[in-house]
Amino acid sequence: MFAGAPQYLISGLTVGATYGLTALGFTMIFNTTGIINFAQGEFVMLGGMLAVVLQKAGAPLPVAIMLAVAVTALVGCLIERGVIRPVGRTAPVNLVIITIGISILLRGAVMLIWGKDTFALPPFSGSAPLAILGAAVQPQSLWVLLITLLLLVALKLFFSRTIHGKAMLACACEQKAAALMGISVDRMAMLSFGLSGFLGAVGGAILTPITLTSYDVGVMLGLKGFAACILGGLGNPFGAAAGGLILGVLESFGAGFVSSAYKDAFAFIVLLALLFVKPTGLFGGPKSDRV
Amino acid sequence: MGLFRKNFGLLAFAAALGLAPLALPNDYYINVLILCCFNALIVMGLNLLMGYAGQVSLGHAAFFGLAAYTTAISTATLGLPIPVGMLAGVAVSAAVAWLLAVPTLKLHGNYLAMATLGFGIIVSIVFNEAVGLTGGPSGFVGIPRLKIAGFTFTSDKAYYFLSAAVLWVATLVSRRVIGSRTGRALRAIHVSESAAQAMGIDIARHKRFVFVLSAVYAGVAGTLYAHHLTFVAPSSFGFHFSVQLLTMVVLGGMASIWGAVAGAFFLTSLPEFLRMFEEVDILIYGGLLIACMMFMPSGLAGGAQAIARKLKAGVRRG
Repeated sequence: MFAGAPQYLISGLTVGATYGLTALGFTMIFNTTGIINFAQGEFVMLGGMLAVVLQKAGAPLPVAIMLAVAVTALVGCLIERGVIRPVGRTAPVNLVIITIGISILLRGAVMLIWGKDTFALPPFSGSAPLAILGAAVQPQSLWVLLITLLLLVALKLFFSRTIHGKAMLACACEQKAAALMGISVDRMAMLSFGLSGFLGAVGGAILTPITLTSYDVGVMLGLKGFAACILGGLGNPFGAAAGGLILGVLESFGAGFVSSAYKDAFAFIVLLALLFVKPTGLFGGPKSDRV
Repeated sequence: MGLFRKNFGLLAFAAALGLAPLALPNDYYINVLILCCFNALIVMGLNLLMGYAGQVSLGHAAFFGLAAYTTAISTATLGLPIPVGMLAGVAVSAAVAWLLAVPTLKLHGNYLAMATLGFGIIVSIVFNEAVGLTGGPSGFVGIPRLKIAGFTFTSDKAYYFLSAAVLWVATLVSRRVIGSRTGRALRAIHVSESAAQAMGIDIARHKRFVFVLSAVYAGVAGTLYAHHLTFVAPSSFGFHFSVQLLTMVVLGGMASIWGAVAGAFFLTSLPEFLRMFEEVDILIYGGLLIACMMFMPSGLAGGAQAIARKLKAGVRRG
């Protein structure tokens, strides 16, 4: 019965890394602006789709991926500058509607331009599986885990060592105080959208060689990214990344041992169960409302 | 006179619903009108939730679908009487909404949106996968036509009048809810949860109530839909339809009953007149959502009010 366990663990961690990156994107925007960005999954979709399209157009794979990530980050910045900032301070329900509008607009645009087909990207370094602990591991899985780890370290350094990172943290703590210290809250909001576009796109591009991509993968990835956020405690970047990995592994084991038809339901059941039992997440402390 | 003025909107709405079939060039459009009534019913419930309680549901198509499938299975598969099936359909929608609301509504605003988004997708998966129960992707056929106390609604016109009557009653109910103590509590919650709580309003209970009520509206529409078409398929109850409903609420105007009706009738009938709409409709919904929020946050209803105010001011000045 447990023969498949290492296999499920590896594939769960691989997919979970992308959930983690999506969750980090959610966290980034939520911390800086208080917005839950429902278009987060579309960033992941855009990263994968753009990489595929650019690669098909003749760009070498690394260039295609870097361009795809850069374009998605730019899209993130444009969303903040073009839509979120002009709307200004408004009821949360309005912001939810706006980001949903953005998400279906992005999805619709990609569908119209590149169609409803499923696309693949070649793996970064061949597809001959490696044997690790009795599991056949695709080299791409190792790439995904390695790149996610590097990104986490880079983010940690960004927030602790650079002036922009510290400014973003200040916005997360208290926007008014940050503004009084001369931090441009608007600029930091734009940066957070760009950064979360960047994170999502990287996740999408590195996962595509394993799971394929199409115009509509964003909803599910966004949903699972959010579930990962809740799992780790909303607003906690470490929790988001860990939540993603835990969710990926749970899902993989669920699909392997219970039922693969209802695989996508696991994330949701985990989300609801956790909201019911411990709404602040596994790593979250008690929370109080600002009046 | 006062009573007449207060209820003028309701009376005019009844007249408009009653006279609408006369204005139609042919009977095909009766079906469009019936769909308009169903959608208006769901949108009205969703509007209570969004406009008054400030909560977003991205899975209302699922409540609509749950009720439709429940009555389909109870009447066609189990052979129960139609009214029993319909009641069961509405009850299932309401019960599921309640179960979903208990964990999510205790929390901050955005959780319900995510939870309903996930819920909608899961229900879609179940409709597609539980082939033995639902007929799977190809749909459920052979649902009986609606029959109440020996009268079968065979003609579309009869069905339209029934749907219009239900919609009118729902309007009445919505107005009563909004004007009641609960309605005031909901508006207070929308403005500030903390302030509402300080006034002694049980926030979770009120949100739960309006969420379940909105699921009941969707459930009623779902059961009527199933017995009208006599066929249901999972594709009618997916994320796409939830987005359509959301757009109807936003375009019509949040926190306005007439806005909900206007948004539903407008967006339901629009594709009938613009066939080329089909491929790009999702783009249009996305664009409408963003544009409304940026430039017209209170939708058509708010726009109409603003124009009326300007006209009045103009008349006074001139």
